[in-house]
Amino acid sequence: MKSNEIEILKDEFQTIGDIKTSKEVVMSVKNCNVFYGEDHALKNINLEVGRKEVLALIGPSGCGKSTFIRCLNRLNDTIDTCKVSGDITLEDIDIYKGHMDVVLLRARVGMVFQKPNPFPKSIYENVAYGPRIHGMTISKKELDEIVESSLERAGLLDEVKDRMHATGTSLSGGQQQRLCIARAIAVKPDIILMDEPCSALDPIATEKIEELIDELKQNYAIVMVTHSMSQAARVSQRAAYFHLGHLVEVGTTEKIFNDPEHQLTRNYISGRMG
Amino acid sequence: MSDASITEIVNKNLKKRYKKEASFQRYGQISILLAASFLVIFFTDIISKGYTAFNQSEIRLSIYMDQEFIDPEKTGDIEEIRYGNFDGLVFQSLYDLFPEVTSRAEKRKLRNILSSSAGIEIQNLVVNDPSLINKTLDLWLPLDDEIDMLLKGNIDVLLPEESRRVSDSQIKFIQILQSKGLIEGKFNDTLFTAGDSREAEQAGILGALVGSALMLSITFIVAFPLAVAAAIYLEEFARKNRFTDFIEVNINNLAAVPSIIYGLLGLAVFINFFGMPRSAPLVGGLVLALMTFPVIIIASRAALQSVPPSIRDAAYGVGASKIQTVFDHVLPLALPGMLTGSIIGMARALGESAPLIMIGMVAFVVDVPSSPLDSSAALPVQVYLWADSPERAFVEKTSAAILVLLAFLLSMNSLAIWLRNKYEIKW
Repeated sequence: MKSNEIEILKDEFQTIGDIKTSKEVVMSVKNCNVFYGEDHALKNINLEVGRKEVLALIGPSGCGKSTFIRCLNRLNDTIDTCKVSGDITLEDIDIYKGHMDVVLLRARVGMVFQKPNPFPKSIYENVAYGPRIHGMTISKKELDEIVESSLERAGLLDEVKDRMHATGTSLSGGQQQRLCIARAIAVKPDIILMDEPCSALDPIATEKIEELIDELKQNYAIVMVTHSMSQAARVSQRAAYFHLGHLVEVGTTEKIFNDPEHQLTRNYISGRMG
Repeated sequence: MSDASITEIVNKNLKKRYKKEASFQRYGQISILLAASFLVIFFTDIISKGYTAFNQSEIRLSIYMDQEFIDPEKTGDIEEIRYGNFDGLVFQSLYDLFPEVTSRAEKRKLRNILSSSAGIEIQNLVVNDPSLINKTLDLWLPLDDEIDMLLKGNIDVLLPEESRRVSDSQIKFIQILQSKGLIEGKFNDTLFTAGDSREAEQAGILGALVGSALMLSITFIVAFPLAVAAAIYLEEFARKNRFTDFIEVNINNLAAVPSIIYGLLGLAVFINFFGMPRSAPLVGGLVLALMTFPVIIIASRAALQSVPPSIRDAAYGVGASKIQTVFDHVLPLALPGMLTGSIIGMARALGESAPLIMIGMVAFVVDVPSSPLDSSAALPVQVYLWADSPERAFVEKTSAAILVLLAFLLSMNSLAIWLRNKYEIKW
């Protein structure tokens, strides 16, 4: 075993690189630990998420990227055995310690999943569901506007405007994923979490989503898990490398990809990038 | 190992592997064939025994509605007319066909070829329309069940007279009537419009059918919402701990408890403790609801589990609360499965006779129930009662009742399939 690997197995391991963002901080994670029963899934994570930037989470399978992203909108709550400790704050309000309701949190922290998962309802209903349950609109006209502008920003409006009442599941995979993005931005969140949003899509659909992410970052903070190094390099401004539950290294994408400091990061980057 | 040797090894085993597959397929086909042939035997037996029950032998009599018999005091009052001697009227027109029969014994034998319901049919006609008095009517009236059996070939005329229920002279009467074309088999609408009777030709299935329908409605109304609510709570809201595990084990055990025990429970709780009426579809429905309850919970939980977690994630992801997630997304997807499961559970309950016997639904009830509180029979119990009756004519009635029960079951199962296809959301 290499010395660096031994080093990170110790609990007092400190993340290399700058966990702070240069942009305005939206979400900040301090000393976060996650347990699934006895299994220590995330170890002492410290990280900041800034406005108008894309933060890419990279690392081998099972390293805790998805667990981490699901802490940010408390989706881990649905797993009975999952215990989260530490301070995770959304604009200085702790999201775990009863200061913020989970429903409000999820309205402010949207999520797009690995496999496109539109509701088996109409395209319109898919996008309108969020605004409706939160009571964001008072008239049908307002709701129509939100649906339309969300679809527009997700780059889907032209393709679906003639069949708003067709079911969301009748769309192609790439369109479904853009519908899910439209659904997420319809509730006007601060942050959008994306858990490998392109892994189930073909290259053309992937390209469209990447363009979309690039546009969305003008208004939102985006945290994205990805297995594609090239994708991380293309769309993200900052990157964080996870390994066996540790956040090993974090920095600007340029730094992580061109001049990583930690041996593990270097191995991963070079192995994948070839 | 070189490529050539792999080819050799695979080739050597290939035959054996395909043989295994072929023989497994053969076993499967044999089992299906066996199952299918049992089914065919079962249906041929029931249908061949039962189809004659849909037919009833009737006699055409020309009856003069003599006021002397109906209303000798010429009051014209319906209440007086109700007590008229209608049997006498029918017998008179029958005697008129056989003027040579004069002895009392022979006359009695002649009378007995008619069903005792013949007079009642005429009574109903006249009470509903008193203007028929003093007119002559041509009517088809039912024959006695023993005569019906004779005409359907179920009585061996070669047996000595004292060992059959139809006498020589009755056979002679029937032959004469047949040669005159006065006897015909008609569709037996009594079977579908009457309740039970000791006389086979007057016995119908309607009472049992209505009783079963009332019972199942109560079962559905009570068991479905309760069981679905329990399933949703256990599956979506309850934390997984020792207590919920204990509940789950007990639900599975309850689903396997013999049905007669539910009958005893119903007897003790609903009838003895709450004082509900005996033999009533209300109690039957509640007992069957208890019995179906765990089955529906299990089916509903399976339906909830089969909803993909990605849909829950999607709903939570846009900020839906737990109850919104369940009612807006999970439940609509699980509902077809829940309905199918419950209808199949209820179909099982429909065929259940043991618990109904415990709560007194085995009683002989003639009237068709008009509310769930009336005494009533139920289809499976009716089958049991008729199968137990000594008269030959009840054999075909039993099979007919089984056919009606099967038709009921079949329509329920078709409903389940229809509902599933209608509400199933595909993606």
